[in-house]
Amino acid sequence: MSGPDLRGAAAIVGVAESDLGEVGQDRYAIELAAQASVAALAEAGLTTRDVDGLFCAIAGRGMAPLDVAEYLGVRPRYTDGTMVGGSSFVSHLHHAALAVAAGACDVALIAYGSTARSDSGRGRLPTGPPELPSYEAAYRPRMPVTGYALAAARHMYQYGTTRTQLAEVAVAARRWAMLNPKAFARDPLTIEDVLASRVISSPLSALDCCLVTDGGGAVVVTRADRARDLPRPPVYLLGAGEAHWHRTIAQMPDLTVTAATESSARAYAMAKLGPADVDVVELYDAFTINTILFLEDLGFCAKGEGGDFVSGGRIAPGGVLPVNTNGGGLSYCHPGMYGIFTLIEATRQIRGEAGERQQPGVTVALAHGNGGQLSSQVTAILGSEASL
Amino acid sequence: MTPHREYTDRLAAGEVAFQRCDDCRAAVFQPRVLCPACGSTRLTWGQSAGLGTVYSVSVLSPRDGRPYSVALIDLDEGFRMMSTVVGMPAGDVRIGMRVRAQVDQVDQVDQARVEFLADRS
Ligand SMILES: [Zn+2]
Repeated sequence: MSGPDLRGAAAIVGVAESDLGEVGQDRYAIELAAQASVAALAEAGLTTRDVDGLFCAIAGRGMAPLDVAEYLGVRPRYTDGTMVGGSSFVSHLHHAALAVAAGACDVALIAYGSTARSDSGRGRLPTGPPELPSYEAAYRPRMPVTGYALAAARHMYQYGTTRTQLAEVAVAARRWAMLNPKAFARDPLTIEDVLASRVISSPLSALDCCLVTDGGGAVVVTRADRARDLPRPPVYLLGAGEAHWHRTIAQMPDLTVTAATESSARAYAMAKLGPADVDVVELYDAFTINTILFLEDLGFCAKGEGGDFVSGGRIAPGGVLPVNTNGGGLSYCHPGMYGIFTLIEATRQIRGEAGERQQPGVTVALAHGNGGQLSSQVTAILGSEASL
Repeated sequence: MTPHREYTDRLAAGEVAFQRCDDCRAAVFQPRVLCPACGSTRLTWGQSAGLGTVYSVSVLSPRDGRPYSVALIDLDEGFRMMSTVVGMPAGDVRIGMRVRAQVDQVDQVDQARVEFLADRS
């Protein structure tokens, strides 16, 4: 691998969520993206007038960057509408770092919004033209859950992973969410509750699946030298890597191995760090199997050992590895494309702003996005000034 | 003829069709205009014997209908497809089971589909 040395060249200088949870039927996705954008820029001591690079993706909106730019009143000289599902925003961070390092823009705004929860009550679900003919629809999979269920079933078959181990992931996420006042689901949850919940697509039950909420987020990125002049401590991008090998689940070569093996190898190589250097992990847990697959593929345990790794509260508060300290897509917030929230939480943990759930001495955080049917994988490694 | 049309025509005639690359011999499914393994456009249609193995399976239980399986089947010719295993309770379908294809002409969508039965041969 070659290319410009991106390690530490760009930094996150502002992050924010919009209103989360259930925002009501008179709200719009772009409104939430804008609300988060203004707040993230304010943290950075900037306004929309400073933005000259715009990166966004909104489900069902093919020209999201145009929609968001017009709404915000920004006139970007650099625009990126990469849409690879929920991992899009981690991909945007990588692209934004490349763009600011190359001088293509100075202030990059990454923005997202969704009213997925409120939409379900008003028949406003995003639709689009058919793409290729489907060779799957005739079998009535319930997507996306069935794709992830097939991966879970294969992982259980090959490695002896159990439903109890999957449930451990949901329980750990809930215990983190109970420490996060912004989390949507904060009631106590037990392994038995997860196992007793209704099976949606076996082996995954309702409590193995992420929430459906509303919500938006924004992240502001600028060049490292400029970041040091702004109000908050810069959170540097140390490494980034992307990979995708398929779109539909039937085309995934091995359902137990994701392209996160490649995306993380690229990110670690750029960061000159490895899994042992990571203090907190924020990964895309759309379903409980994701956490197990990604902990393996990101190198925190060997392939097949993810079920053991998450057991006994080892990724919960007080465990050996803090994973999804905000409560994750399972218990904090999941408006359909969760990736941006991995960046927001990683940034807050590095800055030491995470309140009751703050981990001590966080220097390096890993944020990992997933998109499609375990398809797009994007890994970012973030660090404080001390990590440079 | 487009790859998709060739596939659906053969399916309507009761055939489980796939393409094979003349250059690298990879089995290709879903239907394409090029081989995703090597990029060659020299693809030849073939008929699968319809024998395969369940690679993974999930069971869905709609509130208003009978449980059904969604399975990924590895065909012996070397390609994988999404399908369903019928003729047995959905919950009894197991990964690793040998199965054989049948083409079902009656379906929710306006075309035939490939289904699988447990292969007891
Ligand atoms: Zn070929």
